[in-house]
Amino acid sequence: MILVLESGNLQSLFDTLISEKYQIIGPTLDNSALIYDEITNVDDLPVGYTDEQDGGRYRLVKSGGKKYFDYVVGQHTWKRYLYPPEKKLFELKRKGDGFEIVENKQEIHKRAFIGVRACEIEAIRIQDEILLEGPYKDADYERCRQNIFIVAVNCVRPGGTCFCVSMGTGPRATKGFDLAITEIVDNSGHYFLIESGTKAGEKIMKEIKGKEADQNAIETADRLMKEAENKMGRRLDTDDIKELLYRNFESSRWEVVAQRCLNCGNCTLVCPTCFCINIEDISGLEVNSAKRVRKWDSCFTLDHSYIYGGSVRTSAKARYRQWLTHKLASWIDQFGMSGCVGCGRCITWCPVGIDITEEVQAIRESEGKGKIMADKEE
Amino acid sequence: MAEIQKNKKAIGFKDDPMMPRQFMIQRFRRDTVDTFSMELKPVSGPKKFDFKPGQFNMIYVFGVGEVPISISGDPTRPEKLVHTTRAVGNVTKAMDSLKSGRTLGVRGPLGTSWPVEEAEGNDVVLVAGGIGMAPLRPVMYYLLAHRENYGKIVLLYGARTPSDILYQKELEKWRSRLDLEVHITVDRGTGSWRGNVGVVTNLIGRAPFDHLNCTAMVCGPEIMMRFSALGLQKRGVEPADIYVSMERNMKCGIGLCGHCQMGPLFVCKDGPVFRYSDIKEIFTRREY
Repeated sequence: MILVLESGNLQSLFDTLISEKYQIIGPTLDNSALIYDEITNVDDLPVGYTDEQDGGRYRLVKSGGKKYFDYVVGQHTWKRYLYPPEKKLFELKRKGDGFEIVENKQEIHKRAFIGVRACEIEAIRIQDEILLEGPYKDADYERCRQNIFIVAVNCVRPGGTCFCVSMGTGPRATKGFDLAITEIVDNSGHYFLIESGTKAGEKIMKEIKGKEADQNAIETADRLMKEAENKMGRRLDTDDIKELLYRNFESSRWEVVAQRCLNCGNCTLVCPTCFCINIEDISGLEVNSAKRVRKWDSCFTLDHSYIYGGSVRTSAKARYRQWLTHKLASWIDQFGMSGCVGCGRCITWCPVGIDITEEVQAIRESEGKGKIMADKEE
Repeated sequence: MAEIQKNKKAIGFKDDPMMPRQFMIQRFRRDTVDTFSMELKPVSGPKKFDFKPGQFNMIYVFGVGEVPISISGDPTRPEKLVHTTRAVGNVTKAMDSLKSGRTLGVRGPLGTSWPVEEAEGNDVVLVAGGIGMAPLRPVMYYLLAHRENYGKIVLLYGARTPSDILYQKELEKWRSRLDLEVHITVDRGTGSWRGNVGVVTNLIGRAPFDHLNCTAMVCGPEIMMRFSALGLQKRGVEPADIYVSMERNMKCGIGLCGHCQMGPLFVCKDGPVFRYSDIKEIFTRREY
């Protein structure tokens, strides 16, 4: 089922989701920054804002337009809600010579994510694979992942650091959504083309104030998506990338990038697929209680690889190499897929503008087999 | 990297593998100045703790933290869970101050195991360095319980000083057996030590085993395992017949936290026991 929804009727989607008891999480502005937070009204969306992104640079700009989704991704990712930065797993109480575990009973929100980009859907799929499909599951992730309704937004205007086309993840959402929206402004007005991907999506579609899409709207959306593919801010040549990085373990390029890398870990915190966590066991002040907390961690810290006697990866070079090689190469061996979705966050939010696509290209060229990116363009 | 041993689900968890099971310390024994052994019994649930030699548990000290510790007891006597630990960090030092009757959290058994079944019919060479003796002791128990299935059994063990030698009484017993070859060396001979002095790799050259039908299991510091593997290869042992046990930072033990990565491998679920030929490049790579 494909519908056209006039821009003025977008609220009916919100209202339907709310009446179905969904808590809506979507893009909104907070202190002039784009974040993902609870919203209830279309006016909570950053209407009329667009973004400028480049290595180490992010600016939200008032475009004066009326579009609801005229920006791409910010520093937040959906893992904030599925695999939160800090989560109490359980509490313990001392009892005699032993202890008892008090399970962390919590209500599970029925949540609707609005404005999920194609690259982010792939990122969620990747985390599902890691946290749910291995020999062991993360029980808390499984709880949070249940009852998530995904409203995808297709990227008509890719950002300056985007390279989803290179990673095969976007700009159009093709699976993994309940509803997918394309925002269109053309001669016939400002409207949304909405398609459903699941039964749950169809159920919601029946309730919103749309009309059946005509061929013109469908073709316009197709054309816009085709055009978007050619507007990627970055490109990454993934040809033979696993072997390329494996055989360049000793590349001198790692030294070069390490001179700029601050080892701050920003790239890992904004990455929608990075899954490293720390387990902290914390004692209460009164000594009779304790809790276990799961927190985001980063392979850029010395503690990450610490064992008695010292850290395994002591140099900045080794830690950057670990991050990039894991993301683009060893991830493939571990999970049968790349760890990169091409969202560009690590480039935008790197304080010194280190660019993952540039680093891979530099390594490629250092082998004397570099291909000019332009040649790869269709 | 070649095939990875498939891991089985650990027992004793509820539906959440991050939840520890409670075990009570039955006996606490000091082995050396910085090393101690604990015998643990489950507070509730199944009384047996089945494990394979080489597997480990995540051990939790109330309010302090959790660390991966190899199991060093007898796999043919699963009613007793034994851990030998060196007190070097916050958690292991806190563990060292516990007495019998106190309770610990246990998650496991986790990880891959030594190839004791694959080694049947072969000579078996165990090379242990320092605390690396602890994860190999279950192999000794297993081999002795199934003695007729193996050829020669050789244990080569190196410690820092004579007083750092673990399981001294047991070693004496094993040394007096005619069907075992036990050779011990120390880095520094002190007091009345009249045995070998030098690194454990020195013992490999003259150890009596058939290099063509042999399975070697090596555990100790990385540098010691590297040179032991080289020494074994010099004797003609194939790299595919050598096994090592790796150590990395671990927070979860179940392949989710990311800390124990060694290239594409997770030491907690793909290891800790690896076939040397699968991972030998790790020993020559710095900061991998």
